[in-house]
Amino acid sequence: MNFNDYVFYVLAAILLFAGLRVITSRNPVLAALHLVLAFFTAAGIWLLLEAEFLAIALVLVYVGAVMVLFLFVVMMLDINLDKLREGFWEALPIALPVGILMTLEMVMILGSKHFGVDRVAAPPPHPAGYSNTAELGRQLYTDYLLPFELASVVLLVAIVAAIALTLRDRKDSKFIDPAEQVKVKRADRIRMVSMPADVEIPAAAETEGKDKA
Amino acid sequence: MIAFMQNLLGPAWPVVWTLIKIIAIVAPIMGAVAYLTLAERKVIGFMQVRIGPNRVGYFGLLQPIADGLKLLMKEIIIPSAANKTLFLLGPVLAIAPALAAWAVVPFDVDMILADIDAGLLYILAMTSVAVYGVIIAGWASNSKYAFLGSLRSAAQIVSYEIAMGFALVGVLMCAGSLNLGKIVVAQAGGFWQWYWLPLFPLFIVYFISAVAETNRAPFDVAEGESEIVAGFHVEYSGMAFAVFFLAEYANMILVCMLAAIMFLGGWQPLLDVAPFNMIPGFLWLIIKVAFLLFFFLWFRATFPRYRYDQIMRLGWKVFIPITLVWIIVVGGLMQTPLAYLFH
Repeated sequence: MNFNDYVFYVLAAILLFAGLRVITSRNPVLAALHLVLAFFTAAGIWLLLEAEFLAIALVLVYVGAVMVLFLFVVMMLDINLDKLREGFWEALPIALPVGILMTLEMVMILGSKHFGVDRVAAPPPHPAGYSNTAELGRQLYTDYLLPFELASVVLLVAIVAAIALTLRDRKDSKFIDPAEQVKVKRADRIRMVSMPADVEIPAAAETEGKDKA
Repeated sequence: MIAFMQNLLGPAWPVVWTLIKIIAIVAPIMGAVAYLTLAERKVIGFMQVRIGPNRVGYFGLLQPIADGLKLLMKEIIIPSAANKTLFLLGPVLAIAPALAAWAVVPFDVDMILADIDAGLLYILAMTSVAVYGVIIAGWASNSKYAFLGSLRSAAQIVSYEIAMGFALVGVLMCAGSLNLGKIVVAQAGGFWQWYWLPLFPLFIVYFISAVAETNRAPFDVAEGESEIVAGFHVEYSGMAFAVFFLAEYANMILVCMLAAIMFLGGWQPLLDVAPFNMIPGFLWLIIKVAFLLFFFLWFRATFPRYRYDQIMRLGWKVFIPITLVWIIVVGGLMQTPLAYLFH
């Protein structure tokens, strides 16, 4: 075993542990945090495969953005896990065979017969100036341009749809528009009023307080 | 000396050598953080016509050390309803990414710990991970104010990260590389060749986003003293609090370092002529970083705090459209004879 193998086994052990804790943890926030750990560790394993762009993108997108929003929601919900698990024993007789069947199917497909280490040719060593990121970009924008653009259009539609579905203007809410607010100039709010100080002459009392601005 | 150590340690030498390099980076950062706090108090004092700290040491120069010692001696109080593990993990997660990001920062030609191709992405990933320290600290404290502060901070960081990322897309379009060293080399040739000029809107967006990303005034609603006491770190005391403090300042130095590398030519001299290019590269970098850091302090002394919804509007409705438009403009102009502007 060389150094890379040790790193792989350490990362794999952490990944498995984190994955287990995601489903066994009693606290949903802890479960989500273990999912973060799982993503991070998976990124480490991808780095070992020299897929540095994908690894960093995984951290950037999933750890840095998706899981933050996820944690947001989970932290604000008051989830009682005991209540969620109430029907556990009733569902078990059906759930267990289904689960075992799914596992068996996955083992049949992903087993070493088809996806084993000896099945996949070792990647050829890269020349010194090889950049994984540049290569990925080249592939995406030449060979896979159409699927890539289609995927981005689908995502764009999904974004617009998500906003359109959730954005409701309540008629009775006194909502404020910060864009309007920041446009306000001093002249819109303040009126300069000249108040002469020499008010001792009674004849001048009429002009007092008159707006000279 | 190095050859002797190499013989002595054998196969363990690369690890030891890397550790030495890491210490050589982290120790000066910690020193810089300590003296940045002093500089902040002095600069803001000057701007408010005060003297600032001047009791400990000549000109208050030992003040950061006295502060550090004081915080070290204090007890770390853990609230009884807090989640103990996460409560202690919070500060660690806040400072670890702030320091880890320095691994790919090029200080000079070949003066870099890890010269990786996706350096820019790595830094973006590390700064986006930093938000977990704040979220975890806020949640684990089991306190309303801490939780509100952490939610504000997380939403703010996630929002401004997008504008920041898009601003850096412009840089990578110009330089044609994600490698920070190559980005600096692409800006060779003096003041007018640096990317702040062709990418001026992106530079401004990046810098303001950096202020928001580090939760500094005027975007410091995460710790708004007048509304939510001190935000996410209200329950922290002693060294646990100090670690958050260190992380904030380390992040400030980091984003200024990035701004200097991306837009102000990194280690390149101001002009590539005799008196300027005799100053070593890393000194130029330090000068640029100090210049940008001064703005952070200046902002804090000048601007009142933004209201939260206005921060969100600025990020989503102003900065992101600006960056998107300018990226398209840059991409379009690069196909025309004007491409030399964006070399």
